[in-house]
Amino acid sequence: MNVFYSLIAVLILLLLVCLGVGVGDMRFFFGAVAPYAAFAIFIGGIIYRVVKWAGSPAPFRIPTTCGQQKSLPWIKSNAFDNPHNTFGVLMRMALEVLLFRSLFRNTKTDLKGQRIIYGGDKYLWASGLAFHWSFLVIILRHFRFFTEPVAPFVPLLQKLDGFLDLGVPALYLTDVGILAAVTYLFARRIVITQLRYISLPADYFSLLLIFAIAASGVLMRHFFRVDLLGVKELTIGLINFNPKIPDGVGLPFFIHLFFVSALLAYFPFSKMMHMAGIFLSPTRNLANNNRMKRHVNPWNPQVKVHTYEEWEDEFRELMRAAGLPLEKE
Amino acid sequence: MSDNIPKPDKLADINYSPPRKDWMDTAPSFRKGTWCYGAAQKNLKYLDLPNPREWHPNEEDWKLPENWQRIILEGMRERLKKFRSFQLFMDICVRCGACADKCHYFIGSGDPKNMPVLRAELLRSVYRRDFTLAGRIMGKIAGARELTLNVLKEWFYYFYQCTECRRCSVFCPYGIDTAEITMMARELMNLIGVNINWIIEPAANCYRTGNHLGILPHGFKDSIDFAVDDLHDITGVKVEAPINRKGAEILFVTPSADYFAQPHYFTLLGYLMLFHEIGLDYTWSAFASEGGNFGLFTSHEMIKRLNAKIYAEAKRLKVRWILGGECGHMWRVIHQYMDTLNGPADFLEEPRSPVTGTKFDNAKSTKMTHIAEFTSDLIRNGKLKLDKSRNDHWRLTYHDSCNTARAMGILEEPRYIIRNVANHFFEMPENTIREQTFCCGSGAGLGTDENLEMRLRGGLPRANAVKYVREKHGVNVLGCMCAIDRATLPTLLEYWVPGVEVCGIHELVGNALIMKGENKRETDLRGQPCIASSTCAPESDAVKPNKDSAHV
Repeated sequence: MNVFYSLIAVLILLLLVCLGVGVGDMRFFFGAVAPYAAFAIFIGGIIYRVVKWAGSPAPFRIPTTCGQQKSLPWIKSNAFDNPHNTFGVLMRMALEVLLFRSLFRNTKTDLKGQRIIYGGDKYLWASGLAFHWSFLVIILRHFRFFTEPVAPFVPLLQKLDGFLDLGVPALYLTDVGILAAVTYLFARRIVITQLRYISLPADYFSLLLIFAIAASGVLMRHFFRVDLLGVKELTIGLINFNPKIPDGVGLPFFIHLFFVSALLAYFPFSKMMHMAGIFLSPTRNLANNNRMKRHVNPWNPQVKVHTYEEWEDEFRELMRAAGLPLEKE
Repeated sequence: MSDNIPKPDKLADINYSPPRKDWMDTAPSFRKGTWCYGAAQKNLKYLDLPNPREWHPNEEDWKLPENWQRIILEGMRERLKKFRSFQLFMDICVRCGACADKCHYFIGSGDPKNMPVLRAELLRSVYRRDFTLAGRIMGKIAGARELTLNVLKEWFYYFYQCTECRRCSVFCPYGIDTAEITMMARELMNLIGVNINWIIEPAANCYRTGNHLGILPHGFKDSIDFAVDDLHDITGVKVEAPINRKGAEILFVTPSADYFAQPHYFTLLGYLMLFHEIGLDYTWSAFASEGGNFGLFTSHEMIKRLNAKIYAEAKRLKVRWILGGECGHMWRVIHQYMDTLNGPADFLEEPRSPVTGTKFDNAKSTKMTHIAEFTSDLIRNGKLKLDKSRNDHWRLTYHDSCNTARAMGILEEPRYIIRNVANHFFEMPENTIREQTFCCGSGAGLGTDENLEMRLRGGLPRANAVKYVREKHGVNVLGCMCAIDRATLPTLLEYWVPGVEVCGIHELVGNALIMKGENKRETDLRGQPCIASSTCAPESDAVKPNKDSAHV
């Protein structure tokens, strides 16, 4: 059921842009107003969310330690999985953000009779990594539309990404990567019963929307050729705050752009905020140096405690009889 | 073993398919053996906690305050502002499912709400409805739902089916820690008096008497004196065990079970022998007679209230630093909370071993050192005379306790000690030890008899790994550094892997320690012959972990 809600949501978006551009003449709205509004919500929303997170303090230092602590000099500590200083934390975060270190540990548990078996399971890690890196490279490749002259890293990326040199224009590995990875991530939500059980409409929606963006982009590149000069004129106009909608730009481009706008506007309110959240995660971004360096809690609670004096008052006679030393005789 | 517990083959027949109905529409059934009794009125009263009354979780009426929903939602609002962890963990989960089969309760029960992700969603669904725009507008489609009595009952059922072991957070790509979420849920439920007696009673005892078991000062002295006499009989050596002695160099704090329960008691004997043999200038305290802290399972305020006595007593007794015994959650509190809550301990000195001169730099602020750090340093510097063969009757494996593994990372110290006091040591498979260790299934205050079925289920992954080394290497004892482990693993192993005992690390040290002037020792501290029995199985004494086998 949840998957249908999301499918319908994506179809509604498609219908909106088709009607808007195809039937009504709303090219300026979909080519300029929507992208600007979406981008403003994207930036404003992310800032709002991060400021809100950062506004809550980390009262305790609670790293999850995943290796040997630093203690005695002759015991080798695990500097990255159990960091004891800032450098270690930076390395841990880099491994986490760039290589998905924790997900790399993933295993699959099976019960065979009364015996539990833990098998390696790197599919989630591999597809997650392929998905995120492909997405990043694709975004960077798009700078050919936002820079004039084109930034020098773009042709380099294009060359690397298209090194298989299949077809004209060359097939990008990242295009295949993102479509395959998103398809896998989507399929596992449907096929694995536990995952289907926990999945919310929002989980399918993000994947479907990103699939729609990637697919519309690929279709434009390889099948419905668009007027690239017109598109570039439009994008350069957008970033120079001088929006122009050239005539040659057709519906396929507006569909792509509207899906991207929808993603941008949805991003700050969605689980995709994990992109920013991971940097703030207190189980990962704090050093395990608790006993070396005092961590201060800004709201350290005032509490009622049971003092020694009260305790001795209650038990003095028993203590005296047992020969235990007393503060007050 | 309780009469209504199914046989192991029946209990291990686990169905992992989730029900057809949506998880938001299924309510928990309070089946006997899977939940804990509510906190008794007198204990809540003693601690000044809200809504003291007599109540039973399986009854319809929980006798809640009129405005209980508001109290919880206000409590949530307050905590979202006070804990970044809480706010963030409510927001960033993508439900990738990596945590799902990492939880011992899920593995042992197949109940989908024991998947850490869904356990958290129980709280998140309420958060979404009352604290996010999408949830307010779209309701169920956005994964939001109202806080009803059934939701509260579900919280109670499942947040007291989490042992805060943090195994899921090792695998989570964002480090979402279900322990943190469970702690928040329990704090919230405590605001309206929804809590369990197995946690609140020890907390009340601890607040009054200084220890969870409620042992009064003279009883404490009796226990220690009894151990001293017992040791005299076993070794012929009369050790000193001073209590509340001012001016000692070191205050020693350990969980109360060590001096009151079995098999903990043999670990206590080990401590006493060790301290005597190295001539340690130390004292026990009948007030700080508990290292453990059931406040950790109640609220952050309660952690502070119960922990305060440790520094207070160190100050009163004018010691230089503090040494802590073998315990799991005690060390989570000492390592991650004590200094922040009750420090700074500027009246103490940086811990330094009086025997070896080693400075424990890693404890220079908190000023409390773990006994495994202390003892491994002694061994490394050749300060102990050890006869490993006195542990030859044991074929040993080592269970990392959750808290010392995942909230400290004290992994090698105990292993170093073990290798120096015992000849036959076999690691359990990689996926079940160190940072991936499995909980005993009874931590975080859930180790009570009425909850036995759930404990056995939660303990299945641990027991399974023990069974593996028992079959492969003839293992007959499980070593651990945790009082809750020592209290609950014997029951677990008797059920799943009969024939495996449980011991502490310093029990093994005590067995191996050659004391000056000791009698010839023919038995271990338990009075068993030290010679390997003929029932011991295979010969391969591989001390290394089985790198090649990821399978149990």
